[in-house]
Amino acid sequence: MNELIEFISKNLELTYILILAVFIGVELIKNVPSVLHTPLMSGANALSGVVIVGALLVMLNADPENYLALGLGFIAVVLGIINVVGGFVVTDRMLQMFKKKK
Amino acid sequence: MSITLSIIYLIATVTFVIGLKMLGHPETAKKGNFISAVGMILAIIGTIFLNDIQVPTIIYALIGIALFIGTIIGWLIAVKVEMTKMPELVSLFNGFGGASATLIGLVEYGNSAEDMVQTSTVIAAIIIGSITFTGSLIAFGKLNGSIKDVRLPKYNLINNIMFLGLIAFATYIVVIGGSAILIYSLLFASLIYGILFVIPIGGADMPVVISLLNSLTGIAAAITGILYGNMVMLVGGILVGSAGLILTFVMCDAMNRSLKNVIFGAFGGDAIAEAGTGGKTGGNIKKTTASDSAILLNYASKVVIVPGYGLAVAQAQHVIHELETLLTKKGVDVSYAIHPVAGRMPGHMNVLLAESNVDYDKLIEMDDINPQFSNTDVVLVVGANDVVNPAAHNDPTSPIYGMPILDVENAKQVIVNKRSMNAGYAGIQNELFFNTKTSMLFGDAKSALTELVGELKNM
Repeated sequence: MNELIEFISKNLELTYILILAVFIGVELIKNVPSVLHTPLMSGANALSGVVIVGALLVMLNADPENYLALGLGFIAVVLGIINVVGGFVVTDRMLQMFKKKK
Repeated sequence: MSITLSIIYLIATVTFVIGLKMLGHPETAKKGNFISAVGMILAIIGTIFLNDIQVPTIIYALIGIALFIGTIIGWLIAVKVEMTKMPELVSLFNGFGGASATLIGLVEYGNSAEDMVQTSTVIAAIIIGSITFTGSLIAFGKLNGSIKDVRLPKYNLINNIMFLGLIAFATYIVVIGGSAILIYSLLFASLIYGILFVIPIGGADMPVVISLLNSLTGIAAAITGILYGNMVMLVGGILVGSAGLILTFVMCDAMNRSLKNVIFGAFGGDAIAEAGTGGKTGGNIKKTTASDSAILLNYASKVVIVPGYGLAVAQAQHVIHELETLLTKKGVDVSYAIHPVAGRMPGHMNVLLAESNVDYDKLIEMDDINPQFSNTDVVLVVGANDVVNPAAHNDPTSPIYGMPILDVENAKQVIVNKRSMNAGYAGIQNELFFNTKTSMLFGDAKSALTELVGELKNM
């Protein structure tokens, strides 16, 4: 418990951001028509690919001799970028269907 | 971290918020997706080139190769897959994101100091990431039909004990300290838990589960963000986490199920046993032919089409559009009744019909169409079952009791196109099929509708 309080007091700004971000996420989604749930889920899924940044940091920070870290980092980057690229492209394809006909 | 990189992360974070906001409106959705994608690319390029780490060239080369391979794979899958397969694809991609978070956690465990906060974030990333990974793969398998529902005896008890065990195990590692063996056993246990968590959940509830797992990936990303003190990961992850969670609840609402019910209730399992005992599902069904149905439709003044997953599976969305145009030309008022969970995901059916150029205004949502059924002459149900099952209204023992449905039994005539009398996704029989107003047009949706269109053209 002490550690948690210490963490919060050390990272007060981080804690604020965290809590405010939760509320933004909730507010953004609350009144979306059900028609858009599938594209929205897909879009949110693409955004969760932001984990790729962490995977890149793993590789950038890795010692070139540390094959385990490099190997795991490599796979993490591949999987992360599949999530990002695939996610955005699929969402785009879905939304393509909604465009107004001329 | 260089100031330029910080600003890039800030811009990327803002694009995520704006993009998510714009995704919520039909007119701006496409642009919103594009804006977030640009933000993501900025964040990726910025991380690679603007970091102040001394990086050997060989690592840059490796990163380039990894990005290249992943981009090609992701792009190819996303472009090639059929629209009907969308839900499982989202699940698959989501699983990859989770796996990525797990791997980051594994590497960083080796690097992290004795700091308790560091260790707990790493452990959390490993656990959440791997649950998401295997859970999403199982959801993927269930949606494409390769994995059946499996319910171990006392699976709820087993899962709950396993969950508590995972937490206890993680706490032990954080407080007492871990070793490589302990971390890998934790990883293994989390992977197993992911499988056990999703495998008993019925296929009909998969969208909810995918949305929940999606939210978990967001949380895993946010946790790794804390680890690196990286704002774009933190805020992006939390946004997805909370948005995904709300979306999960909204979907549960649409199906009138609580999240607890989805996760712990065995939807469909007990229902199959009950199906035979339902009193009203007995009696005779009335078969009809394409030409008889065509006559009914031809002389109707108002027709409502209820599309279901069967239509999507048979790839009949283009034929149904042809049927609709044909009837409209003959002066029949035609519209589509879209149940919130028609297809395999909320909004899935809209996507499929929009793909075959059905006019957006003809797709009418459940609450708006339900009062109209009483003055509808013919309802044509194509490949839908549970969403038109009156048991949801009048049979308290039914597992779908309380789920909002399309009240098609109020219409004057109902034509149901189905391949056979097999039960629907929830595994229960449908009394609508035994209603005297109902005639059954058996056959694959595509061939039945093509025949129907042919008959109509000759009239």
